[in-house]
Amino acid sequence: MAESKKIATRESFGMALCELAREHDDIIVLDADLAAATKTEIFKKAYPERFFDCGIAEGNMIGVAAGLAAAGMVPFAASFAMFATGRAYEQVRNSVGYPHLNVKIAGSHAGISVGEDGATHQCCEDLALMRTIPGMVILNPADHYEMLAATKAAYEYNGPVYIRLGRLAIDSFNDPDNYSFEIGKGITLEDGDDVTVIATGLVVYEALKAVRALKEKGINARLINMHTIKPVDKDIIIKAAKETGKIITVEEHNIIGGLGEAVAAVTAENCPVPVYRIGVEDVFGHSGPAVGLLSEFGLDAAGLEKKIADFMNK
Amino acid sequence: MDKSEILELKKTACNVRLWTVEGVFNAKSGHPGGSLSAADIMTYLYFKEMKVDPQNPDDPDRDRFVLSKGHCCPALYATLALKGFFSTDEIKVLRHIGAMLQGHPDMKHTPGIDMSSGSLGQGISAACGMALAGKLSGKDYRVFAMLGDGECEEGQVWEAAMFASHNKLDNLTVFVDFNGLQIDGTVADVAGLSELDKKFESFGFEVITIDGHDFEQIGNAVDKAKNTKDKPTVIIANTVKGKGVSFMENQVGWHGKAPNAEQYQIAMDELKEQLKALEA
Repeated sequence: MAESKKIATRESFGMALCELAREHDDIIVLDADLAAATKTEIFKKAYPERFFDCGIAEGNMIGVAAGLAAAGMVPFAASFAMFATGRAYEQVRNSVGYPHLNVKIAGSHAGISVGEDGATHQCCEDLALMRTIPGMVILNPADHYEMLAATKAAYEYNGPVYIRLGRLAIDSFNDPDNYSFEIGKGITLEDGDDVTVIATGLVVYEALKAVRALKEKGINARLINMHTIKPVDKDIIIKAAKETGKIITVEEHNIIGGLGEAVAAVTAENCPVPVYRIGVEDVFGHSGPAVGLLSEFGLDAAGLEKKIADFMNK
Repeated sequence: MDKSEILELKKTACNVRLWTVEGVFNAKSGHPGGSLSAADIMTYLYFKEMKVDPQNPDDPDRDRFVLSKGHCCPALYATLALKGFFSTDEIKVLRHIGAMLQGHPDMKHTPGIDMSSGSLGQGISAACGMALAGKLSGKDYRVFAMLGDGECEEGQVWEAAMFASHNKLDNLTVFVDFNGLQIDGTVADVAGLSELDKKFESFGFEVITIDGHDFEQIGNAVDKAKNTKDKPTVIIANTVKGKGVSFMENQVGWHGKAPNAEQYQIAMDELKEQLKALEA
């Protein structure tokens, strides 16, 4: 495992934009008065002439991004996940999704790990909203290195992409020397035959710690990092269903509409097995420190270890 | 513009109206009122003003037109067909299953359509993005957008207006097709846009108010917009909803319904009469 340096994926995203902009002069970055929070300010400082603050007007920002893309630019439009996918949902659907324009939408401060700002800003439905838009690619990177690679892949893909960014600084567990990212291809982090845990985003590393702890207690779980929610990697899911017979999904998102249901749809149609969805159980979040909230919602390593063990011992 | 040029534009606009009615009639649905009110402006843009090539509809250097009031696409389809982007045969199957011409503009499948639109308030934002892209890439194309007056009730219009003036998008010209009517009644009764000109002015626009059926006024306004630097221009065009078809003019009920066979015949006869008079 690589040196564990804590960094929020929003920051990795800002760094990745700068890296890409060095080589590609068609990258334009838009924000809606949250550059300091989404970390597009890193890009703004490096490339001020290619950064446009649209003010607190997310619907217009998405429309402007659509127009930029229609004229050949590659816009990255960033805001909090709540506003980029919630407030501006219909602009994303009609101005970006329907014409399949080459717009990249970055939703920061996703999930309950927003922390103290509370439920209004803790978006646990962005993946569900974006999944319903035909042709939308959805990426949910799990750490710094994955975010760097995912941002690059999003740029290289010609079409609309939603990228989920986290606020909380987290461990970088991927090994940059041996890491490769491909849209739509899940990554097996741990092998195992008893059950498959499929996790996405910020909670992947928590799931990794839980799975490793459970190995010592006799539960031999496979762990898949599903960084792409759409198109979801059907092959790796079907293989896991056939080989391990049970699946547990882990996401920092409502269990309705996110990774769990995407996985369950694949198994239901191809290889029905029990699928246990771990996530935010159709409730709103609330204020509190991010790490404390993850623990309260059972989405930290200890909570996941218990939930997985309980499911296996049922 | 000399008189013969204006006469030609009038004839073309009359043909645009004929094909507009043809399209809506064949679709058995659609929006004739606002299409007919916008027909003269679209005719002017495509037959006099815009640098577009029907043989090369995706030319990156072309001028762009975004019909933010996308439901009025029957007039745009008629204009594009007469300009040569596609056959008028397409208009006869407008809104049919498998047809190229959708109920609202679809840029992916229709040559000449620069932006998919139809959900009100969104087109003007895309037009801002295109204008910004032109500035950033050093291209000298111009972007035209058309809003409905009722559409100006959408908050996004004003978000876009702020963006356009803040970024000094002087390559953007926005028309408001001010025909005074929307689905639920007159714009004044439904929501009221009191002093729309002052609203745009306070948002940083150059504001020009014209008769939207007078080609000389349309032309002068577009020329003035082109010579306006460091700010976008809005041309508030006072128009008659249903213009050219007597029983549709200024009637709220003709916002979104197709004529029956009898009404279609009357409308076509009227428009053909007008064309004959222009040709005489």
